[in-house]
Amino acid sequence: MNRRPLALYTAMAFGYAFLYVPLLSVVFYSFNRSKLVTVWGGFSLKWYGELFRNEQILEAVQRSLLVAALAASFAVVIGTLSGLALARFGRFRLRGLLSLLSSAPLVMPEVMLGLSALLLFIALESWIGWPASRGLTTITLAHITLTACYVTVIVRSRLVQMDGSLEEAAMDLGARPWKVFFLVTLPLIAPALVAGWLLAFTLSLDDVVIASFTSGPGSSTLPMVIYSKVKLGVTPEINALATIVVVVVTVAVSIAGWLLGRKDTARGT
Amino acid sequence: MNTRAGNAWTFWAQVVRNLFHWFGAVGRGLHSQRGRFIVVALPILWLALFFLAPFLIVAKISVAESLPGMRPPYSGLFDDAGTLTLELANYGALVRDPLYLAAYLNSLGFAAVSTLACLLIGFPIAYGIARAGTAARLVLLVLVVLPFWTNSLLRTYAMIGILKTNGLVNNALVALGVIDQPLALLHTNFAVYVGITYNYLPFMILPLVATLMKLDFGLLEAAADLGARPFAAFRRVTLPLAMPGIVAGSLLVFIPSVGEFVIPDLLGGPDAITIGRVLWTEFFNNRDWPLASAVAVAMLALIVIPVLVFEYVSDRRLDADRAR
Repeated sequence: MNRRPLALYTAMAFGYAFLYVPLLSVVFYSFNRSKLVTVWGGFSLKWYGELFRNEQILEAVQRSLLVAALAASFAVVIGTLSGLALARFGRFRLRGLLSLLSSAPLVMPEVMLGLSALLLFIALESWIGWPASRGLTTITLAHITLTACYVTVIVRSRLVQMDGSLEEAAMDLGARPWKVFFLVTLPLIAPALVAGWLLAFTLSLDDVVIASFTSGPGSSTLPMVIYSKVKLGVTPEINALATIVVVVVTVAVSIAGWLLGRKDTARGT
Repeated sequence: MNTRAGNAWTFWAQVVRNLFHWFGAVGRGLHSQRGRFIVVALPILWLALFFLAPFLIVAKISVAESLPGMRPPYSGLFDDAGTLTLELANYGALVRDPLYLAAYLNSLGFAAVSTLACLLIGFPIAYGIARAGTAARLVLLVLVVLPFWTNSLLRTYAMIGILKTNGLVNNALVALGVIDQPLALLHTNFAVYVGITYNYLPFMILPLVATLMKLDFGLLEAAADLGARPFAAFRRVTLPLAMPGIVAGSLLVFIPSVGEFVIPDLLGGPDAITIGRVLWTEFFNNRDWPLASAVAVAMLALIVIPVLVFEYVSDRRLDADRAR
């Protein structure tokens, strides 16, 4: 019995090393003076300087953040409505359709979603003249469609976990349904909405395939710029960019983890 | 902000304003049948417009004739005389040209091997997390989730730095004297397996942790007391009880990796053709929209529908188990 934990710890150490060695090596080489990414040429911040002077990347960052924030916000609205309908409305006529439509995009390859969204926008353009060209709006619309389905899953499971007794109690005490929704249901599912927004935001920032299909001239998002740079060869600025992303995510996740941990200890679990 | 972004801003500001009015209407009408109808109708309309309708268009274009250089580069369903012509040549090409079958089998192979690798690497981690104390468990879980929140493209890029000829792995192996010449790791199938495993490992670990945390470790002690060797106890107690997590995690890894485009494209060699790469190439490089659409329809039939049926059946079985 004594030897098994050792084997377990070895396997775990290997797994975590697998997860972190690539990320840490990128962070390490982002401070490398040499342009040869794997040859250490002394400490330098020059790639960060290059990064912050690169107009193409800076504009792409702005675009991507705008698209991700818009897509996440609309996805939360749509996902909350469909999650609410699927979890609380019992059996209604269109339930099967809504359930299928909101789960199918989760198993769809991105190339399919991208291609079909683009062909829709082209067809709409020839039928009603809108959207006149493809750009940030079309990328955002496609991202809302995909990410709303993830929000639906999160909101729905949160609503299923908590029974409807609080809502019923509020209803019995004479609150009108919309008041119940805004004063009881919404605060109760707020953590799910935050989680859903963050997930949608991340997925939108992550996507290169759908964006490549639905973007137009001059609307390359950050992942599209990174993709074309990586495709052409190794560029040390990307190391600097990746390091910044890793730092931001680490800080955000640590804060979230700390908050979660504090809540758990407060509950006494 | 350039003018394009400015246009996007005004457009979205309008949408927000309308939606706000609309939400008021929903709030006022929530108690009535009409309010409920609106709650159901918005998501359905949205998904019908931006998800269902596009597929009908894809299906339509998949039976059109490719007209390179034209705008749009495909024929209509009806010719000038008004007769309906369905061009099935695109599907014929998919069946006849062995490239497409190879791409399909490649995709399944990449996904299957990577799913297995995720399971082998992820299971010990999940097991360790499930057995850890509350504080350690939180830290270990956060460490698993953290890479997921960073960009997947940047993670794939990080893998390039690890695997290339003068990358970390080769340098380490040469320095240790294991090999004399650096191995060709990047742009091989091996690199694709590693890349997919690296990207999707958290998706395997999280469901496994959820299942293993429910496992009563007293059962393992009981098995040991009754004389079972550790391996027998693992195989006959832990594994069957962890099966729901194994299935859920495997699906979460397998499904997105079958259609994966970026990882095989950046890490794989020219022969690592997957169905996602085929669709991309037909559309962007060959500009053959009908053939790309036919590939998409084939993907739907051969990948998406089987997965949906499988999920539906296993959901039903789960419900039946619960009801029992």
